[in-house]
Amino acid sequence: MQRVDLSALFLHSLALWFAAVGGPATILPEFHRYIVEAHQLMTSTDFAELYTLAQAAPGPNFMYVTLIGWHLAGWAGAVTMTIPVLIPATTLSLLVSHLNERYPNAPMGRVINRGLAPLTIGLMCASSTLLMRTVNHNWRGYLLTLVTVTFVLRTSWNPLWLLAAGALAGVLGWV
Amino acid sequence: MEQTKSTQAQVSRYKLFLTFSRITLSGFSGVMFWARRTLVERERWLTEKQFVELITLGRLVPGPPGLNLTVMVGHRFGGWTGAAAAVSGLLLWPCLVVIGMGVLYQHYGALPQVRRALAGMSIVAAALIFSNFIKMAKVLPRRWRPWLFAVLAFVGVGILRWPLFWVVGTLAPLALFAAWKEMP
Repeated sequence: MQRVDLSALFLHSLALWFAAVGGPATILPEFHRYIVEAHQLMTSTDFAELYTLAQAAPGPNFMYVTLIGWHLAGWAGAVTMTIPVLIPATTLSLLVSHLNERYPNAPMGRVINRGLAPLTIGLMCASSTLLMRTVNHNWRGYLLTLVTVTFVLRTSWNPLWLLAAGALAGVLGWV
Repeated sequence: MEQTKSTQAQVSRYKLFLTFSRITLSGFSGVMFWARRTLVERERWLTEKQFVELITLGRLVPGPPGLNLTVMVGHRFGGWTGAAAAVSGLLLWPCLVVIGMGVLYQHYGALPQVRRALAGMSIVAAALIFSNFIKMAKVLPRRWRPWLFAVLAFVGVGILRWPLFWVVGTLAPLALFAAWKEMP
């Protein structure tokens, strides 16, 4: 494991959030590429587990970056990974809501939504396959994947129950 | 009657902080459901239509949609300090919770029972993103162009493992141009 260059991590993360079309799950592969593959700051399993833990916390679902930052470098790391999330949110969203009030009928919004939706979908697929390859080691793992997907698509259960069920399956040694 | 509260009435910083604390502590993996229930039904700061409008904008802007929504609502009802109060309410508690998790992970993450539980949970967490992908892919129009962009984004980032900036930086302008040409 290498020492963490916090200023480089901050700048990379800041640039990344400005490119985060479609929300926090879409940039997960890039965080993984930077932190695990390019700089080897943690293992792929650590990365996946920290992501998972953050999904079991209340609040917005980007908090995995805060947890990863904390794991890398304590409070300084948590701040380094969290501040970049706030900068596009405070600048761009206020700019866009201001423009929207001034030009309520501009077609820009629909163009952006329609144009970027396919990219969001492709990136979500990349995120999920990356994590699935990291955490699944055998057919029983993929069976749990299949069961989870079926539950999500067929029921409206709170994901927290599914995470708890996954933990139980793990403790019982099924996966 | 709905209008009186939904126009730009000011709300105290403290109230904004508390309201977004309530929203963030009610919901897991995302805050939209509780944001609607609290802002539209309980507090009546926004009408249904205004809420949908703000959510749409929040999804348009890069970054987490829930955070973008919080900034816009905080700013609308309390200016810059209002936005700061709302964001603090949204993030303070989850930050403390995940850092508590980080502490526990570093202390107990190596225990065999904990390792097994985390292994099971991680499989579910990965499957949750995959489910979201399926839900979104189901409503993507059945035409070749949007699917081509989706496949290119997946191959570039997911298989070739190219940096996201290059992939999105190349594909986004093309995808936006294509969507713009298709507009009636």
